[in-house]
Amino acid sequence: MTARDALAAETAPVNSARIPAEGMVEKRGIGLWFTHAGLILGVIVIFFPIWLAFVASTVSQPEIVRPPMPLLPGDQFLENYTKALFSGVNAPVAWMLFNSLVMALGISLGKIVISLLSAFAIVYFRFPGRKLFFWLIFLTLMLPVEVRIVPTYEVIASFGMLNSYSGLIFPLIASATATFLFRQFFMTVPDELAEAARVDGARPMRFFWDILLPMSRTNMAALFVILFIYGWNQYLWPLLITTDPSMNTIVMGLKQMFPSGDDIADWPVIMATSILAMIPPVIVVISMQKLFIRGLVDSEK
Amino acid sequence: MATLTLNQIRKTFGKTEVIHGVDIDVRDGEFIVIVGPSGCGKSTLLRMVAGLETVTSGEILIDDRRVNEEEPMDRDIAMVFQNYALYPHMTVFDNMAYGLKIAKTPKSEIEDRVATAAKMLQLEPYLARKPRELSGGQRQRVAMGRAIVRKPSLFLFDEPLSNLDAKLRVQMRLEIKDLQKQLGITSLYVTHDQVEAMTLADRMIVMNGGVADQIGAPLEVYENPATEFVAGFIGSPATNFLPARLFSPRDARIKTIGIRPEHATLTTAGSGRLPAKIVFTEALGAETLLHLRLDTGESFTIRQDGTAPVPTEGTACGIDWPDSRELDFDEAGKRL
Amino acid sequence: MEKRVTFKGWLLPMLLLLPQVFITAAFFFYPAGQAIYQSLFIPDPFGLSMQYVGLGNFEYLAKDPYYRASFVTTAVFSGLVTVVSMGMALYLAVLADRLIKGSGTYRTLLIWPYAVAPAVAGVLWLFMFNTRVGVISWYLGLLGYDWNHVLNETEAMGLVVVASSWGRVSYNFLFFLAGLQAIPRSVIEAAAIDGARFWTRFRTIVFPLLSPTTFFLLVVNIVYAFFETFGVIHTITSGGPQQATTILVYKVYKDGFVGQDLGSSAAQSVVLLLVVGLLTVIQFKYIERRVHY
Repeated sequence: MTARDALAAETAPVNSARIPAEGMVEKRGIGLWFTHAGLILGVIVIFFPIWLAFVASTVSQPEIVRPPMPLLPGDQFLENYTKALFSGVNAPVAWMLFNSLVMALGISLGKIVISLLSAFAIVYFRFPGRKLFFWLIFLTLMLPVEVRIVPTYEVIASFGMLNSYSGLIFPLIASATATFLFRQFFMTVPDELAEAARVDGARPMRFFWDILLPMSRTNMAALFVILFIYGWNQYLWPLLITTDPSMNTIVMGLKQMFPSGDDIADWPVIMATSILAMIPPVIVVISMQKLFIRGLVDSEK
Repeated sequence: MATLTLNQIRKTFGKTEVIHGVDIDVRDGEFIVIVGPSGCGKSTLLRMVAGLETVTSGEILIDDRRVNEEEPMDRDIAMVFQNYALYPHMTVFDNMAYGLKIAKTPKSEIEDRVATAAKMLQLEPYLARKPRELSGGQRQRVAMGRAIVRKPSLFLFDEPLSNLDAKLRVQMRLEIKDLQKQLGITSLYVTHDQVEAMTLADRMIVMNGGVADQIGAPLEVYENPATEFVAGFIGSPATNFLPARLFSPRDARIKTIGIRPEHATLTTAGSGRLPAKIVFTEALGAETLLHLRLDTGESFTIRQDGTAPVPTEGTACGIDWPDSRELDFDEAGKRL
Repeated sequence: MEKRVTFKGWLLPMLLLLPQVFITAAFFFYPAGQAIYQSLFIPDPFGLSMQYVGLGNFEYLAKDPYYRASFVTTAVFSGLVTVVSMGMALYLAVLADRLIKGSGTYRTLLIWPYAVAPAVAGVLWLFMFNTRVGVISWYLGLLGYDWNHVLNETEAMGLVVVASSWGRVSYNFLFFLAGLQAIPRSVIEAAAIDGARFWTRFRTIVFPLLSPTTFFLLVVNIVYAFFETFGVIHTITSGGPQQATTILVYKVYKDGFVGQDLGSSAAQSVVLLLVVGLLTVIQFKYIERRVHY
């Protein structure tokens, strides 16, 4: 994402790469119908699991345990969702949703803030050890938390951060993807803007706040979408450090709702919880689709 | 209002020195243009005056105050950048007002000053727009406006017109000159375009390889170039240079002589100082350019009045010029 | 790449870097260092002291049939996930790319699963194939097929592969579609004028031009299958039956947290570290090449 792109982004549609033309390569007639049919089939396959979960969340337990379960929604919507939200199995799902929200927001906002600051320092200053910091931070680029779970767990435990929001958030902030992205973006901001700001009398932090931050809005938003989903969907880490059900996040709490042994799971409540677990990230992705696609493409570059 | 003095300014990047000791005295209210090819150090010099580059050695004095160590904002200057450097997320008003806001100027005064500048630059209808909604010429005006509102004692221009198309460039050139006259603010203007330099400058500085080859009024520089480089760089079509060995030079130190195209005349074959042949002609209306090749192989251009008859291409001829118009240079390219 | 303009001073940038440096040191470098350190020790039976064993843990891993089996399982699993999710995504992207209008609508419909957490995806698929209540397993039963991923190793692997690939289709679809739309239309039209039919065009023009995207997705999907599918495995099979779906990351978790075998778990972490390092190098090489391309 360059500075110029960021400016254009507000007006330009994402898919402007090619102007549709009535070319000979386009399919018409029967071919067009086959194309649509193929795509619709794909959409059905992709959507079926979600649909089934939704149906299961609206019927009663007996309807599910006597297979085959219905394929159209039932009338137990309110009952199931109320039960899930306010009593759940181990802990009320409403509470787990709140925990997930805190974690996802903490990770996305925290990472954006510290990355903006450090990218600003690395790009706009010369100071001893700059190269060293640069490389130390960038070593972390691709190492997922899964690889270092045991020692990280020990660190969190020794800080007394088990069953806490900070324990959920900090280890997942410790990577440089966002720093790298902001650095790339800052490098494309014309030098003259910083010079003009200096001539105008802006000190470094003033330039950062007045010029650089507003120009980075699009990048921040795109990154927010990606990080929010990343944080919301974390599973292994919350599983390790939240032993107290009241600290469970919804994604990991879902698995905890399954009974151990041979008891029958409370499927309607579990499925209602699955749907609830999907709604926030899905809303973020769909409502910020353009930003999301940009964020995705940029963060993988 | 201010004077600007540069004393033996030098600049090194790493181990290479790019500015080799430049001295300039700019009088109050004067419009000085620094002109030179790319890489001659003219922008670096300007940026040192602005405080965007450190000075390796020498002194920069604004109104006899040494400013070497001062931040740009403390030097009481304003600068117009080549690509305008407008803040893309701010309106025209905010762009112009930004420096004043930082300086904590009272709000009413900011509005007054921006309004005055906007009126002067015909930007009033655009104050609420963002830079991307403006044309190139309008952006250029906003960049000027941003400089004007600060009422600096020194204007710095870094190739401000090079991003405009040719027609707009001529128009903006006149506007800049006019504005500077109205405001009477001392100005330092960098360009690689010698026409811009000739038309704008009270005095111009021709830079070459980190050295100021010549400082003087445009016509003085044109008539009396101090070096071979200046003679070649200023004026279009360029001065003809001929090796002195083609003649019997009046002075043994002369290595090259220069003759401006308009100072040479075409003679009939066998007469004149040098025999040549007409290669091709360009009749431009007001003037005609004759491109010749000397019998010894060198190219030569003559500019004659548009009313004079245009000779046939391919005919043999001679070249002549008055002694007084001959520019003589020594081995180092210095004028003798 | 360096900025021409910089601000003066060193205290301010240090302060700006402090949060990131602190978090990275405490939650990244220290734990990663700990993993490497611990991989050289084994704790005594009472957990009171550590005994230095050099590369003993690694030698033990190399000989451990379960660990070797887990390596094979991971390779099979990530290979399948990559092929299934990329194949499906490419199929959908090629279809969507043929549309003049409406590819945006399909895109909106198809990006949903990206937002669904792997663990939630696991629960959804578990529900469909549940041996007692699952709809699909019930219909398979009607067809005379007795689905039981709890006991059948192949079926267990198949289920975790499908569940892991499902959410990934969205991601791959987006990249493939962007890649396809970046191919200049004129090139494809030129091929059509040269007489190439759709399949020939795809094979000789489109697919080769798409290869940077494909290669990139290959690496990214392998990384995904290695590290981010823990939730799927944990919810659906918990690594079973026996060890059939115990991928490497799952084994680190099981040995470290369930089995409390810290030395071995740390050694496994180090092995994974090397795998990630290798994949990173491959990806950086590829990025460099793309810059020249």
